[in-house]
Amino acid sequence: MNFNVDESGFYGEFGGAFIPEMMYPNIKELREQYLKILADKSFQDELRLLLKDYAGRPTPLYRSARLSGLYNTNIFLKREDLAHTGAHKINNTIGQILIAQRLGKTRIIAETGAGQHGVATATVCALKGLKCVVYMGKLDVERQQPNVLRMKMLGAEVVPVYSGNMTLKDATNEAIRDWINNPVDTHYIIGSVVGPHPYPDMVTRLQAVISEEMKWQLKEHTGKEEPDYIIACVGGGSNAAGSFYHYLDKPKVKLIAVEASGKGVDSGESAATMVLGRPGVLHGSRTMLMQDEDGQVIEPYSISAGLDYPGIGPMHSFLFKTGRVIFDHATDDEALKAAFQLTRTDGIIPALESAHALALLNKIKFKPDDVVVVNLSGRGDKDLATYMKYLDSFI
Amino acid sequence: MNRINKLFENKKQEILSVYFTAGYPGVNDTREIIKQLAESGADLVEIGIPFSDPMADGPVIQKSNDKALKNGMSLRLLFEQLKDIRAEVNIPLVMMGYINPVMQYGIGRFSEKCHETGIDGIILPDLPFDVYMQEYKQVFDRFNLHNIFLISPQTSERRIKMIDEASNGFVYMVSSSSTTGIRGSISKEQEDYFVRLRDMGLKNPKLIGFGISNHKTYAHACKYAQGVIIGSAFIKALDGEGSLKEKITRFVKAIRG
Repeated sequence: MNFNVDESGFYGEFGGAFIPEMMYPNIKELREQYLKILADKSFQDELRLLLKDYAGRPTPLYRSARLSGLYNTNIFLKREDLAHTGAHKINNTIGQILIAQRLGKTRIIAETGAGQHGVATATVCALKGLKCVVYMGKLDVERQQPNVLRMKMLGAEVVPVYSGNMTLKDATNEAIRDWINNPVDTHYIIGSVVGPHPYPDMVTRLQAVISEEMKWQLKEHTGKEEPDYIIACVGGGSNAAGSFYHYLDKPKVKLIAVEASGKGVDSGESAATMVLGRPGVLHGSRTMLMQDEDGQVIEPYSISAGLDYPGIGPMHSFLFKTGRVIFDHATDDEALKAAFQLTRTDGIIPALESAHALALLNKIKFKPDDVVVVNLSGRGDKDLATYMKYLDSFI
Repeated sequence: MNRINKLFENKKQEILSVYFTAGYPGVNDTREIIKQLAESGADLVEIGIPFSDPMADGPVIQKSNDKALKNGMSLRLLFEQLKDIRAEVNIPLVMMGYINPVMQYGIGRFSEKCHETGIDGIILPDLPFDVYMQEYKQVFDRFNLHNIFLISPQTSERRIKMIDEASNGFVYMVSSSSTTGIRGSISKEQEDYFVRLRDMGLKNPKLIGFGISNHKTYAHACKYAQGVIIGSAFIKALDGEGSLKEKITRFVKAIRG
């Protein structure tokens, strides 16, 4: 089965470019150029060099002896938390800033929720000396002060968004509006595998470096490229897309995406899009979407600011529908528990997002000779304030 | 004959089309706003279907969408409110909104309801051209609904011709590269774009929208197209003092000058 995007930008019924005419020329330019640029040797050389010397790739694939013992199997952590700026987000922003330069753009805009993508964007803009404007919901600005300060330190302008519910969805709307108003000099670096075609495919390709490295790293560790399981958390879905990409056509590898179910899927405070959503259009693509019966988008909830998005990348909707990827979910409490566990078994503080993937280890019955990879998409420094609130409950 | 075509056949200039968000300011104001607009001399009314994420709209229309949804507006309620509107209003009526609420209502059911209600055209800014041609055109045509396309200053000449070819009501000319909202005047750059479009000799009439807010911008834009579309400035006017009738009469009068 083919899981790649088709010529008109669709994955089955999902994807496309549902955009107003004012955005059309920019999206068309990107659509016509991105594959050419990605394949260009000078681009690849520059990308590889920056990923290696600047971002610190390859990130290690680390076998956790204690987790492996605890679950009586072989558990590997793909250490995206060790990439520069502390998460996989930098893979995408380095790639897109190089694309933006080749398109002659001089101004960069981005949306951010928890601030990880905002920081990764501000970082590459500083590196390349480009003007950077980051849209962030007013509530997130208040909740994620350390990342706001990092972005300012890096020279970005952080614009608080007061529309809607003042979180990630609204920040994305505002970034889109900025692009409509600045159609010539600006490139919009979307932070996940969402948005109109070609963004989902472009961001997936830039994040695919994760599974590309996994292949040879697993071979070194275990003698074969293919694991039995890959587990990744999913909000918009960029770290999951990147860690699944090179295994999509290997049906023996079980791919598991973990959504955030917040206080429980039926609690009314959840972000489990695949359970609660149905096909709809948001931010330029047709995908699974949390919405009421009139088609108004429902504001999701999760303790993790990086997973509370009401939609999901269209490729994931297709992978869900075809059954290639199994979608499961973890609650706030399950994620917190898994996060504290990892700090004590391995001395690693994971991001709250990544903790949702770790939580799934408790829900699957592994065989002793299984090889299990958990994508540790980010580090938890940004979540310390939240973790501290729960220190006594989970240790 | 579709009322939009009839309008443009009978009136060649200074056509005034007014947009409002259904459910704003009050959830039950829909009918009264349409009636008063028609009586005050607006030529065409665009009925906005509110959406939670209006990505092409500036602050004024965003706020009216939020408020309308909080007031309980929905497509179902809107069609109930518009029942028998044709007994009272004869000018063309167009529905405008984002694709998702329409998609969830069901495109077939939506088109049929529009037809029953006496709606003449549809504007869905985030419905892509190719998806329209493949999935929507046939249904819209069956129910005699004209799909209105937008063009912007960045739209290429080739694409404008393609859009003109596929249009059968009018072409919605977005006045500048921007979201909706109020701007004080029309720039030289915009004027060049208006002239360029005028000289292309499209088969469809053109209405200029986005940033038209007062008599000055109205009169200026009318020199280059058959008329204008006003949204944000009208919604702002609805916030003013007096009855709907007073506010609307005053507004249309001020625009016409």
